[in-house]
Amino acid sequence: MAENNTKVTQAGSDIRMFWAWQSIVARLTGLGKTFYIWFGISAALLAAGLAAGMHAFFVGYGHIYNVTREVPWGILISTYVFFVVTSTGLCLVSSIGHVFGSREFMPIAKRSVYLSILTIMAGFLVMFFETENPVNMVVYNVLSPNFTSNIWWMGTLYGAYLFFMGIEFVCLQLERHKLATYAGFLGVISGIAAHSNLGAVFGMLTARPFWYGPYMPIYFIASAMMSGCAAIILFTWMASKINREPLEGTMLRAVDVTRQVGILMICVIMFFSAWKIIAGLVGGEAEREAFLALITGPYAFNFWAFEVLAGMVAPLVLYVMSRGTNLNMLVWGSISMIFGIFFMRYDLVVVGQIVPAQFEMGVNEYPGLLSYTPSAHEILVVLGGIGMVGTLFLLGEKIFAAHRVEEHAHEHEPRPALEPVQQSE
Amino acid sequence: MKINGIEFDENTPEKPDMLSRMERRAFLKLGLAVTGAFAGGTILSLSSIAGRAFASPDAHAKQYPYKPHYSMLIYQNRCIDCERCLEACAKTNHVPKYGYRTAILEREAPKSTGLKREFIPVLCNHCNRPPCVRACPTTATYKNEKNGIVMMESKKCIGCKTCVAACPYNARYFNEERKAVDKCDFCFATRLSKGMKDTACVEACPAKARVFGDLSDPSSEVYRMVHQIEKTVWVIRPETGVAPNVFYTRG
Repeated sequence: MAENNTKVTQAGSDIRMFWAWQSIVARLTGLGKTFYIWFGISAALLAAGLAAGMHAFFVGYGHIYNVTREVPWGILISTYVFFVVTSTGLCLVSSIGHVFGSREFMPIAKRSVYLSILTIMAGFLVMFFETENPVNMVVYNVLSPNFTSNIWWMGTLYGAYLFFMGIEFVCLQLERHKLATYAGFLGVISGIAAHSNLGAVFGMLTARPFWYGPYMPIYFIASAMMSGCAAIILFTWMASKINREPLEGTMLRAVDVTRQVGILMICVIMFFSAWKIIAGLVGGEAEREAFLALITGPYAFNFWAFEVLAGMVAPLVLYVMSRGTNLNMLVWGSISMIFGIFFMRYDLVVVGQIVPAQFEMGVNEYPGLLSYTPSAHEILVVLGGIGMVGTLFLLGEKIFAAHRVEEHAHEHEPRPALEPVQQSE
Repeated sequence: MKINGIEFDENTPEKPDMLSRMERRAFLKLGLAVTGAFAGGTILSLSSIAGRAFASPDAHAKQYPYKPHYSMLIYQNRCIDCERCLEACAKTNHVPKYGYRTAILEREAPKSTGLKREFIPVLCNHCNRPPCVRACPTTATYKNEKNGIVMMESKKCIGCKTCVAACPYNARYFNEERKAVDKCDFCFATRLSKGMKDTACVEACPAKARVFGDLSDPSSEVYRMVHQIEKTVWVIRPETGVAPNVFYTRG
């Protein structure tokens, strides 16, 4: 009997697997041309990034990347920060709904959790091609931990974060909402801890006055929320286009409340940035030099055009003017914000290093600011990360059937025929 | 009379002779314990209190966390930029062309009445509170418990370069051949551990600009120079709070 039972279960699970596979294949075939074009572009970017990264890895990063002894961190670090900031933001903003129970945010939950997982994976991908010995990272993080190191905490906590977000995502798929809430809560806690530690990686370097202080961890959390809002609005809109479902009803309401949080967070970041700069300008010689480089020096265009205008002012105006109903404004605001935030991260990382360590000694070797321009390989790896997000996002929309969220009250109603996996349960 | 909100007139003034020897010792011990507890027992350096603490060498000699407490004193005006120290260092420690463990910086003072230019040898400061060691995720860089030298265990280095960014002295670089960050170790691996007394750069210097020694040994030149107040002794970037062990003076 027992044997028979096992066989039956085995056969049942085989059938389920077959149906799951069939339905995924079905969802991925016969889609519109636009989908395949975007998917092709994303996959090509990912492939190019991987190829460039592997090439650099085998030749030696020192020969291929433009980072130096004086500016050891370049666009790969800033892009890593960009991705994990977005990931943390997606997690935090969406948790307002599915962890803390605000119903208006519920419809964006599944997609946000999925996106937070794939954006952090894109971050890890970029980090993999930045770290010289990624194997050592895995081995000695466990065998030889340093508990005073922010990098250690960040890596370990992001590992935990990825784990909890993964559990949460699976639970959401299985409609195990209570478990999903617990996992989501742990994801939020580890995400905040990890992300503030990433801020502290910079903020605890006394040698770098541009970064030093408690500001960085706080700023990182606030700017994560800001990034999260833009990402949610943009990806929700893209999903509605891909799935040919108009943005309306509860989903539109979710986008609107996300917009409202976004407006608040843009204001917070504007306020933070203004005071950070004002305080920096009355700081020590090296600190002032760095802030001057940002607002009037070689990074002024990045700062005013990308960070301030594209990253903050334009999205703020568009978000407010959209009144939550004008989708074009919301989408353009979000695109503009994400674009600007990419440069915020870049400037944050690079400007922190361009004032040489020996600047105040007034020696001939370091007369002024250092410079850094990313190499082609570095840019390709960055594009690879973006391609990874695109590829997995597009696949996810199809494999997970547009991340539809059913109302809890409707849990016992028959499920749509699209999802035979769950139907057979 | 009131000072800092405390009424003093009614109190008997406290004088050193009113304290018993034991009490004083206990108090000092408590102070040391508190500082030690907050700073992991490794903070003491004279750099931040240069100029006022050096007058009482005996008290401070006991507090050096390392024995020997290796340090270097540099007579800045003696350096003539012959770069023999750089050559000796590169040869001894197999430093590649694209990197360096020690360098000589040049500062010009055109309006100065005497010398118009001086050379400043720089290297790892083997800080008592090393920011690189704090930041390293895998303890690939660590402070030797006996002699205070900031060392590398290359096989543990993940190459995140946080230590490079954290160093206030630009003393670190990524060595492609070692696949790890490389830095000055006061020639520990190549010379000191083999019984030699000096670093390669010190041995090579024809002008005696660099002096290497044990800061906890009152008979050493570094000790004598650091523990006096007639001549200015300074460190680079004291504001970072890292408590460096490379001292500079002229003479």
